[in-house]
Amino acid sequence: MFAITTTGWSAESITDRRAAELRHLVMQDCGSCHGLTLKGGLGPALTPAALGDKPKDAMLATVLHGRPGTPMPPWSNLLSREEARWIIELLYRGVDE
Amino acid sequence: MIAYYRALLLLVFLFVTGCQSLAPRATGDLGLVIERATGSVQIIDTSDRRALARIEGLGDLSHASVVYSRDERYAYVFGRDGGLSKVDMLLQRIDRRIIQSGNSIGGAISQDGALIAVSNYEPGGVKIFNAQTLELVADIPAIGANGKRSKVVGLVDAPQKRFVFSLYEADEIWVADMSQPDDPDITRYRDVGKQPYDALISGEGRYYIAGLFGEDGLALLDLWQPQLGVKRILGDYGRGEEKLPVYKMPHLEGWAMAGDYALVPAVGGHEVLVIDRSNWKLVRRIAVHSQPVFVMASPDQHYVWVNFAHPDNDTIQVIDVASLEVIDTLKPGPAVLHMEFTPRGHEVWVSVRDANRVRVYDAYTRREITSLEMSSPSGIFLTNRAHRIGL
Repeated sequence: MFAITTTGWSAESITDRRAAELRHLVMQDCGSCHGLTLKGGLGPALTPAALGDKPKDAMLATVLHGRPGTPMPPWSNLLSREEARWIIELLYRGVDE
Repeated sequence: MIAYYRALLLLVFLFVTGCQSLAPRATGDLGLVIERATGSVQIIDTSDRRALARIEGLGDLSHASVVYSRDERYAYVFGRDGGLSKVDMLLQRIDRRIIQSGNSIGGAISQDGALIAVSNYEPGGVKIFNAQTLELVADIPAIGANGKRSKVVGLVDAPQKRFVFSLYEADEIWVADMSQPDDPDITRYRDVGKQPYDALISGEGRYYIAGLFGEDGLALLDLWQPQLGVKRILGDYGRGEEKLPVYKMPHLEGWAMAGDYALVPAVGGHEVLVIDRSNWKLVRRIAVHSQPVFVMASPDQHYVWVNFAHPDNDTIQVIDVASLEVIDTLKPGPAVLHMEFTPRGHEVWVSVRDANRVRVYDAYTRREITSLEMSSPSGIFLTNRAHRIGL
């Protein structure tokens, strides 16, 4: 089931199984640098409070292309754009929700 | 009278059963496994190859490390959330626990066992505590020549009651002499190289080597001749090559000195770098499965076991130090995070996070002997670390 919306922020094409994998990736592997609770580590905090009203598109670019000069790697060869968007939505919503 | 004997019998019974788990025993074959998702640790017995107890309530252990008291009774667990917990390995419980900062990366115990130093990301610096009471002894903010407060990485203990550490954003290495515990004497080395991300100290406590994330090469400080300053080594090993994205920071503290060599993970490359310890020149680049995270030498220094970064982290490779060649490839399962040799090196304990298992291998046949169920296991720390510098 695929759905396309005008905002481009739909994540309905992510299956439940993939969603569980992505959540695991966020907690465990992103958590290596950002902390399991995403309150920060080598990388900055990624909690809803820390993200605030930062533009999601900029965050998406960071996830996909990394941050040159920092340890943040580009994830575009491991994650699709849609999957990266799903992760961004999760972070802004809060992983505990 | 009968009531008296009954009461006495009950007391004896309670004493015997109540003390069963506390029967006299030593701690030399014990260790801790970090369960990173649940903020717990399990005490393991490497003689019987079993878990003895789970201890909960240690906070965020997403990046945790452990050092041991000189008598191997107490473990000091450093948590990501700034938690410092003193765990009693015999009574199987938390003895003391404090939250000492906002965000921490690890710590060290002084040569005499009296002081615990913790390296902090938030606020950047090192805090030093009384090992018995966990009372604060000294606070060292890591403000570099750039005026900024920096994250501290690569903190190790060195002989003569010193701690050595690196400032990630300030490109500096500091040596804190703790002879006067409440008045640290700090020597600062500037411009050591871009973004030191971790460090190791050689087993005799002489060479401190910090890995650099922002450029090729390593920063070396000879603590026998500190007046010579920090030397850059291996500055050109990856020159002109495109760096690969790094999905997990390599770790250097895994004691990778073997024979005449130091073996270190290349940053952003599928290689283990071999350095001649007599002149610190690059001897060889060993092609491996993916990006190495831990490059750990066996206690007899004959073999080096290597694990890898996400997403190729289901694999371990073994390098023979005599030939400097990869001689075996193991597939323990999804997300191999850490390896630990038993004290004299006959077995290797391996945490496989996403299989929720710790696997035990024969170090020489490399066959699996058994495995133990653990929840998201990461670091494995055996008590013999108590008697080694820099671990």
